[in-house]
Amino acid sequence: MMRLYLPRDAATLALGGEALATAIQAEAARRGVAVTLIRNGSRGLFWLEPLVEIETPQGRLGFGPMQVEDVPGLFGPDLARHPKALGLVDEIPFLARQTRLTFARCGLTDPLSLADYEAHGGFKGLNRAREIGPAAICAQITASGLRGRGGAGFPTGVKLETVRKAEADRKYIVCNADEGDSGTFADRLLIEADPFCLIEGMAIAGQAVGAARGYVYLRSEYPQAIETLRAAIALAERAGKLPGFSLEVRVGAGAYVCGEETALLDSLEGKRGMVRAKPPIPALHGLFGRPTVVNNVLSLATLPFIMAEGAEAYASFGTGRSRGTMPVQLAGNVRHGGLFETGFGITLGELVEEIGGGTASGRALRAVQAGGPLGAYFAPHQFGTVYDYEAFAAQGGLIGHGGLVLFDDRVNMARMARFAMAFCAHESCGKCTPCRLGSTRGAEVLDKIIRGERRAENAALLEDLCETMKFGSLCALGGFTPYPVMSALKLFPEDFGLTPHAAALA
Amino acid sequence: MKQSTPPQDWDHSLVDDIVARHKGAEGPLLPILHELQAAFGFISEDAMRLVAQALNITRAEVYGVVSFYHDFRTAPPARHVLKICRAEACQAMGGEAQAEALLARLGLGWGEATADGKLAVEPVYCLGLCACGPNAMLDGAPRARLSEAGLDALVREALA
Repeated sequence: MMRLYLPRDAATLALGGEALATAIQAEAARRGVAVTLIRNGSRGLFWLEPLVEIETPQGRLGFGPMQVEDVPGLFGPDLARHPKALGLVDEIPFLARQTRLTFARCGLTDPLSLADYEAHGGFKGLNRAREIGPAAICAQITASGLRGRGGAGFPTGVKLETVRKAEADRKYIVCNADEGDSGTFADRLLIEADPFCLIEGMAIAGQAVGAARGYVYLRSEYPQAIETLRAAIALAERAGKLPGFSLEVRVGAGAYVCGEETALLDSLEGKRGMVRAKPPIPALHGLFGRPTVVNNVLSLATLPFIMAEGAEAYASFGTGRSRGTMPVQLAGNVRHGGLFETGFGITLGELVEEIGGGTASGRALRAVQAGGPLGAYFAPHQFGTVYDYEAFAAQGGLIGHGGLVLFDDRVNMARMARFAMAFCAHESCGKCTPCRLGSTRGAEVLDKIIRGERRAENAALLEDLCETMKFGSLCALGGFTPYPVMSALKLFPEDFGLTPHAAALA
Repeated sequence: MKQSTPPQDWDHSLVDDIVARHKGAEGPLLPILHELQAAFGFISEDAMRLVAQALNITRAEVYGVVSFYHDFRTAPPARHVLKICRAEACQAMGGEAQAEALLARLGLGWGEATADGKLAVEPVYCLGLCACGPNAMLDGAPRARLSEAGLDALVREALA
């Protein structure tokens, strides 16, 4: 019996995975070879997808990026000479250099096999959580140093402890899976590759605070993730893995602002996704006015590791106040694009140049946007910046949800700045004026600069507007849109028709 | 979401069924609207009225929610919907220029449909395939690493 693996995730599907699966079965039948084709999750090495793996006594051999015409060769006598042969998958440098804690099972297992999940350490964390009880769970998570991986970086243990101590008739665990930032796909990858890990993490959070109900707010742009997670929840519930905890997937409706936690809660309640003023904080007054844990997929999916292996095991990775690992996502014009989970402390340059291999086009790397549409651009002279929350903040940027989007020297940064303002205008919930009006006026001012109208004056006006948005907006949408705009202006004034001196004055 | 079955004609009792199935849930409005759109292709005035009655909220509230979210339509969609990603990672791979060229060839603007109602081209902001762009989604099925020829092939597939 020959065992092969081909991912079932959205990326593989989008790259012709179903045709490959059919071709593999057909070729096996033609040759009379018995095969088991396991549809695993993606390893996150997207430049090699579709990646087919064949199990051998030495380990799993990889072949990619596969096309239908490469399939017959998989049944040939000399696999090492297959034109798409990659050797042992575990030894591919991009994978070998990672520290996979949260993503340890991704790509190894069948996402919808509970047996596979348990064979790879699944539910160990939840079982331990049940033994030690709520106060000890919160203490462990606080000690691990885990901070919210959605972007805000708030200590997860502190949030859990706040909800645990709140008194109410019921409490909720809400998972923010509204992964709208361009350049990020870690939530999707995890849900499609290891959905039980998220489920277990949410159940641990439920144990920690005394919540019996959880919701996953998953964006509608991810139909495969929705399907996989719903199937996984049904399997876990049927197998009695979640006693006293019920879980439901709710689908978003294409509003980026619903990734903001309070807008997400309003959306879950069946309202327009309008941002709420804080305080009160969701931990005390969240979904339907009840104490609510709202955390990103990655934060919740890291809880099983911390519970199973202990807080110290997690905190031993990382640097300074950024403990543990971050699944960095290399995207855009990048040669080796994919998910790279690593301890904090690596430099931005190592990530984009060594690991990412520079641009896909082979041209000069000109700019990197870190942290999604609300994150600052970085220029090559800043590539020495250490990848952690504090060092990025010191550079006027943010690591956000871990996305890094690479651009080559053909990018026009004035257009990117305009796009940031226009995107904010398109997605603003409309509740606060700086965001609602500021973004539209910002795009107009940028149009004037691009057209060459009184450039220096308009650049000064743009900076003033950005200050207003930054300090006057209710949430990060209006508050952080100035980051990409101002960083583009300061770092690349020539694209705005300005001299570096004029841009510095702006 | 994937449109596996073609939208069906107005059916009062189907609306009632959908509403009844979700009415007891916490915050049932979005799940109801998603199911209505999956069944009928869009959310009509009549459907909004029935939902408002059943949930004991005003029609204005229902309309407010429908109009807030980019996904919800209040008019029948084109037979096929091609969503092209316009976000930063796809732009970095030349996706925007490719999309603009396609729209020019089809004589369409963003969000518009061909005269025969066969194909609409809509913007989408990120499909989570950002390491293999440019990307698009045809009737709910994702497509990645699209070249100009690949995008044309998708359009031909839809118009066939």
